[in-house]
Amino acid sequence: MAVTTGTVARQRTLRRPLRPYGVAPTAILLLGAVYCLLPVSWVLIAATKSKAELFSTATFAPGTGLAANIADLAAYRGGVFWLWMLNTLIYAGGGALLSTAVSAVSGYTLAKYRFRGRNAIFNVLIGGILVPSVVLAIPQYVLFSSIGLAGSYWSVLLPQILHPYSIYLARVYAGAAIPDSLLEAGRIDGAGHWLLLRRVALPLMLPGMVTIFLFQFVAIWNNFLLPFIMLGDDHTFPLTVGLYTLLAAGSNQPALYNLIITGALVSLIPLIALFLTMQRYWRTDLSSGAVKS
Amino acid sequence: MRAHRPSGARGAGAAPYLFLAPAVVLFTLFTAVPIVYTAYLSLRRTKVSGLGLGRGARREVFAGLDNYSAAVGDGELWAGWLRVLGYGAIVLTVMLGLALLFALLLDSAHVRLARFSRIALFLPYAVPGVVATLLWGFLYLPSVTPLRDLGIDAVLLGPGTVTFSMANIAVWGGTGFNMLVLYTALRAVPRTYYEAARIDGASERQIALRIKIPILMPAIILTTVFSVIATIQVFTEPTALRPLTNTISSTWSPLMKVYRDAFVNGDLYSAAATSIVIAAISLVLSFGFLRVVRDRAFQEG
Repeated sequence: MAVTTGTVARQRTLRRPLRPYGVAPTAILLLGAVYCLLPVSWVLIAATKSKAELFSTATFAPGTGLAANIADLAAYRGGVFWLWMLNTLIYAGGGALLSTAVSAVSGYTLAKYRFRGRNAIFNVLIGGILVPSVVLAIPQYVLFSSIGLAGSYWSVLLPQILHPYSIYLARVYAGAAIPDSLLEAGRIDGAGHWLLLRRVALPLMLPGMVTIFLFQFVAIWNNFLLPFIMLGDDHTFPLTVGLYTLLAAGSNQPALYNLIITGALVSLIPLIALFLTMQRYWRTDLSSGAVKS
Repeated sequence: MRAHRPSGARGAGAAPYLFLAPAVVLFTLFTAVPIVYTAYLSLRRTKVSGLGLGRGARREVFAGLDNYSAAVGDGELWAGWLRVLGYGAIVLTVMLGLALLFALLLDSAHVRLARFSRIALFLPYAVPGVVATLLWGFLYLPSVTPLRDLGIDAVLLGPGTVTFSMANIAVWGGTGFNMLVLYTALRAVPRTYYEAARIDGASERQIALRIKIPILMPAIILTTVFSVIATIQVFTEPTALRPLTNTISSTWSPLMKVYRDAFVNGDLYSAAATSIVIAAISLVLSFGFLRVVRDRAFQEG
C-alpha cells in the first residue's frame, strides 16, 4: 500500500526538488475526492434539516431537526426501519459467512488437489460470472414460490451464497498462501483430508477469507434486484428495498422525504465504519499471499 | 485421458469431490436449473380458451419462437436498448477513463494526500446503488440542488438531461472500485521497470503511456468486460430515480421491461424470452470485445 505520510513526501520533495507537473496531479485527485464526498457530506447535513428547512435553506446549510428526524424514523410504522437494518445484517452477514466458507473450501480444493474433472468444474463455476442476474432472478422466484419459499429469508439468502469471483479469488489465494510441503508433511504424519483442511489450509487462508467476506458482504448489502423481486412483506425487507418503498411512497407524501434522507444516512453508517476500519483488507488482488499493511 | 495418476493425487479419492459438493449443488440449484427453466419458459405461452374464466380456461402451451420474435420486433424494447446504449457509452468512457487516470496519478510519486484521496475515491463503493440514486436524486431536485444556491437554473431531470444525470450516479458509484482494481495491478509492478526508463530520460507521462498502460491492459480489459455486463443490466438507478421524476418510463431499460412483463403484467413467458435476449447480447458484447482486444494485441506484438 502507498505510504505517503508527511515526512516521506517531504523527503521525496527534497531529494527531487523539481516536481515536473507541479500541483496538478494532487489537485486532480483532490477534485475527485471532493466529488466522491459531496453526496455523502450532503446527506450528513440534510439529515439535520427540519421539514420546512429541507426545501428552503441553502443546500449545505445545517438545520435544526436532527433529533426530530431520528425520532420520526424510529417511530415510522412501529419501528420497521430497525427491522430493515437487522434484516440487512442477517442477509449480508449470514450470506457472506456462508459464501466465504463455500468459496474457501472450493478454492483450496481447486488449488491443491489434482483430480479428474478439476478444470471442467472450475470453468463451469467461473462461467457463472457471465450469466446476467436477470436470467436467474425470474426462474429463482418461480422455483421458490413453487416450494412455498418465495418471500422468505431463505429466498434471498440462498441464491447469493455461490459467488464465482470469490471462488476464483480463494483459489488464487490458496495457491499462494499454502505451501505444498506443509500439506505433504501433514499427510506423512497421517492427517486426513478434513484435518488438513481445518488445521492447515483454512488458518493460512484467513486473511484472504476476510477480504472475500468483505466484498461479498458489500455485494449482498447493496443488492436490490433479488430482494425486490423475491420479497412482498415489508417485515422481511432489507434496507435497499425498504428505502426504495419509502421513496416511492414519498412521491405522494413529501413529508416522508426527511425520513428517507435520515434513513439513508443511518443506513450508510455501518458500511462506512466497516469500510474505514478494514482498510487493509480491501484488496482486489490476492495472488501476493499475505496481507501487507 | 492419462493412464498414470497425476502427482499429488495419492489417496485423494473422493475428498476433492466432497469438498466441492456444496459449490456444485448451489451452482446446480441456483444457476443451472434457473437457466434451463428460463429457456423452457421462453418457449411457452398461456393459451386462453373461451372467456378465460374458470378452472382450466388458461393453459400453458408450447409457443415455439413466438416470444423471441415478439421481443425482437418490440419497439419499446428497442427504444430501451437505444437509451441504454447512450447511457452506457457515457458511463463506460467516463468511469473507466477516470478510474485509469486516478490509478495512474495515485501510483506516480508526485502527489500529496494520496492516502486520503484513495480512501475518498473508493468510498462510494460502500454506498448501495439505491442510496446513491436517492442522494443524487435529491441533489437534482430544483428545490434542493446546490446549483440553485449558485444562481444556476438547471433542469437536471428533464428529458434532455436525465440520461446524463443517471450516468453521473453510475460513474460516481463505480469509479472507485475500478480504480482500486487498476491501482492494485499497478502496485504489483516492480519499481525497477520505471527506474530503467527514467535513466533513459523518459518523462512521467511517457512512463504512464508506454509502460504502465500496456502492463495494465489485462486489468483494463477485465474491468471493461465487467462494466459492460453491469451496464447492460442497468435497473437499480432508473428504478430508484423514477419516484423523483416523470421522465423515466417503467420500461426505460430492457431489464425494467423484463421486470414489468414478469411481475406487473404477469407474463413470465415473454419476460423469459427478453431476458435470454439480454443475456445473449451481453455475452456477444463481452466476447466480441475480448476478441477485438486480443486480435489487436497480437497484431502489435
